[in-house]
Amino acid sequence: MVDVTVFLVSALIIVAGSIGVIFSKNPVRSALSLVASFFGVAVLFVLLEAHFLALVQVVVYGGAIVVLFIFVIMLLGVDAAESINIEPISSNQIMGYLAGFGFLLVIFGGLFLSGPSGKDNAPDDAGFVALTGTAEQLPIDEDLSNVKVLARDLFSRNVLAFEATALLLTIATVGAVVMVKNKDDDDFGLGLKAEVDQ
Amino acid sequence: MEVTETWYLVLSAIVFSIGLTGFLTRRNPLIVFMCVELMLNAVNISFVAFSDVLNDVSGQTAVFFVLVVAAAEVVVGLSLVVLLFRKSSDVSIDDLNEMSG
Amino acid sequence: MLELAWLIPGLPLLGFLILVVFGRRIGEPFAGWLATAASFSSFIATVLVFFALKGLPVEERFHIQKIFDWISAGSFDVDAALLIDPLSITMCLFITGVGSLIHLYSIGYMHGDKNFSKFFVYLNLFITSMLLLVLADNLLLTFLGWEGVGACSYLLISFWFEDESNASAGKKAFVTNRIGDFGFMIAMFLVFGAIGSINYDDIAANAGSISGTTTTAIVLLFLLAATGKSAQLPLFVWLPDAMAGPTPVSALIHAATMVTSGVFLLIRLNPLLAGADLWATGLISWVGAITALVAATAAVSQNDIKKVLAYSTVSQLGYLFMAVGVGAYVAAIFHMITHAFFKALLFLGSGSVIHGMGDEQDMRKMGGLKKLMPITSMTFIIGWLAIAGVPPFSGFWSKDEILLYLWGSEGIGGKYLWIIGLATALLTAFYMTRQVLMTFYGKQNFESEGPNAITPHESPRLMTIPLVVLACLAVVAGILNLPFGKDWHFLGHWLEPSLFGNEAHVDVSASTTFILALVAIGVGLTAIAAAGMIYYKKKYAKIEPQFFADAWRIDSTYASFFGGPGRMFFKGLAWFDNNVVDGFVKATAATTLSLGQGLKFMQSGLVRNHALGIVLGTLAVSGWFIWRLFT
Repeated sequence: MVDVTVFLVSALIIVAGSIGVIFSKNPVRSALSLVASFFGVAVLFVLLEAHFLALVQVVVYGGAIVVLFIFVIMLLGVDAAESINIEPISSNQIMGYLAGFGFLLVIFGGLFLSGPSGKDNAPDDAGFVALTGTAEQLPIDEDLSNVKVLARDLFSRNVLAFEATALLLTIATVGAVVMVKNKDDDDFGLGLKAEVDQ
Repeated sequence: MEVTETWYLVLSAIVFSIGLTGFLTRRNPLIVFMCVELMLNAVNISFVAFSDVLNDVSGQTAVFFVLVVAAAEVVVGLSLVVLLFRKSSDVSIDDLNEMSG
Repeated sequence: MLELAWLIPGLPLLGFLILVVFGRRIGEPFAGWLATAASFSSFIATVLVFFALKGLPVEERFHIQKIFDWISAGSFDVDAALLIDPLSITMCLFITGVGSLIHLYSIGYMHGDKNFSKFFVYLNLFITSMLLLVLADNLLLTFLGWEGVGACSYLLISFWFEDESNASAGKKAFVTNRIGDFGFMIAMFLVFGAIGSINYDDIAANAGSISGTTTTAIVLLFLLAATGKSAQLPLFVWLPDAMAGPTPVSALIHAATMVTSGVFLLIRLNPLLAGADLWATGLISWVGAITALVAATAAVSQNDIKKVLAYSTVSQLGYLFMAVGVGAYVAAIFHMITHAFFKALLFLGSGSVIHGMGDEQDMRKMGGLKKLMPITSMTFIIGWLAIAGVPPFSGFWSKDEILLYLWGSEGIGGKYLWIIGLATALLTAFYMTRQVLMTFYGKQNFESEGPNAITPHESPRLMTIPLVVLACLAVVAGILNLPFGKDWHFLGHWLEPSLFGNEAHVDVSASTTFILALVAIGVGLTAIAAAGMIYYKKKYAKIEPQFFADAWRIDSTYASFFGGPGRMFFKGLAWFDNNVVDGFVKATAATTLSLGQGLKFMQSGLVRNHALGIVLGTLAVSGWFIWRLFT
């Protein structure tokens, strides 16, 4: 009962937030609706026993990403209200709505029209193994905390991917800086002069 | 009444569609990026739901990586917006119109 | 020895290739000698193959030599192969023989012409095409040769093309031939459709299995083709105009070889002719008959020395058609051979006269040349006697054979055909005598002194030697197929393997044959006497109605028809082609264009449109999968 209530409330928040994102005229309002949406998702994660992820969701998404967004909005003054009614390419509006709605229908169709799910099979069923592609799984051990379980999986089977993401973040950051830097400005906007006396 | 995984999937589908609609409809590039984040979120929800149902932690690992990549993508995307803004103050995603072929 | 058969068309082809590349450099007269050597060596090869074939037993005298696989498209299989049998070798013998003599003659005749080597290039190519035509073992290769001789005749007729009328004559020949070619092609398609093959041996084997209507249609279409090539009614109009070409061309192409290809084709297809309805083969004879008569009347009134011979050729070809139509194939080949000899002789002789008279062609300005050009006139007189049907010259025997078969044929008014044949013989003797008298006897109608003096002189030996050779042949060729009983029918026996027993048989007693021959001789002599009265003794007035001279105004009727109402029809066709046929093409282009315009939005470059495309694509694919779940 509690689960249901919690689910419904957070679902409501999430959906309301998303609608707020796409329908707000003001970008700042959109960003704040997005934060609300993220919070709802975090609650949902807790409900699903993924505590660590809920935490990370709030911190990274809500605390870093949305903050970045708001930085850019504020610094560049892109907060001028955009009129969503005046659309230069009129067909795009309708096509967008239709595509979105069609997508929803398709997914619902896939959800409700497909056959019995595979979850009723025992985890060590041969078909299930083939489906997940794992010879051996790491079932969520109820005795360990969620962090430990996740860490176990992350640093044993997926350590290569983990390092790769670290690399990815580095590249992204460097790339962003390089892209945005002014060509004639050799101090990287930091007030530091680079040594170019050769 | 129990919360089955179907509920989560339905929610995920709804959020994804909303995000998709916004992506195709809005012109402000920042809003477009936000919609991308929404879509990624929706997928995260379904991953975690599956992980809970199948009692397998791989779903949560996937969400972890999605999170990281989303962050990296936001960084790069926003730098693009900054570049766009340097051209004119009235920024629209339609200004990125030289991609073809 | 039989394997040498490929040399027969191969050697002139080699000559052609060498001359095409080096001809201008070799120049006069070596180019001419080279071409003659190519043609003569082909003759030697033909003789060798002939003896080889003769050495084989009769049943085996049908030899196919494959050169290479030509077309292999599904069920349609055509090889480039030569069919060596009595019919084709006989044709090759006189094509290469007379052809070589004409090559020799041309070295002298074309002396001093600025396009000397080009002439021999065309001549060799012509010989090659003609040999290919007769030696082919299937309809398609024959058609290749057919088109080749058509093209060469166009090139050679309009050889002196700087003169507009010469160029037009060449065009006229080509276009008229084309109408015939259309018939050839459709007939070829029908044959393939009926028996699945276009090889002559397959046609011979399966001709009986084709339905009567189809066979008749095929025969009629081939008749159309032959009419074009052999200048019969109604497509004969090109041959008189073709006299615009140099005289050796007229001799070779329009007397001895190309114009006989139509008759050859019909004889080659004798199994089909045997299976066609009687009225179709009868039509062949009647076309020939009417043509023969009309052309003979036209020849009576001509004043140009070559035009007389042109109409005479049309008329004699009519005889050949008459023979083919009643199934007298041997007689047709016999007359074809003798005609080749004496007509080539007459043409070359006229060329000699023209050359000696300084390019004068009007007979009214000639006369009394007998003493001035002895060899020419002697040989010309022999040719005259041959064509007039005076025994023992060859023309008499062959023409008489045809008349005999006409008399003995049934079902298509053979007796009437015989009467027309006889009337034509009378006119032939008449106009040829007229020509001889006007040219060689009587008063000299040209100026022998003064500023426009013409001094007729005998032609050089290069030109007179071929005349002499042809004259000898015209005298003795009759021996090929004398009617004095079976043993003298050399040609008849020789040609049997090619005729598959389709040769007509005449049930006429020996006495009737004799009487018919006497009638023919009498008619001939009467005509000669009449002509002598009019033109030599000048006792009676000339009968040269203009109507006859214009060939019954058939040609001018064509001109006014095609120029007048015909032109509107062609304009209509051109409009149709431009708007409807091209319209389809343009519509395709326009559709593609508008489709492209419509799809332009996909490449607008806008991110959103690309995203929309991706989403729509995903929707389509997933939708299809969902649909599959439904059903």
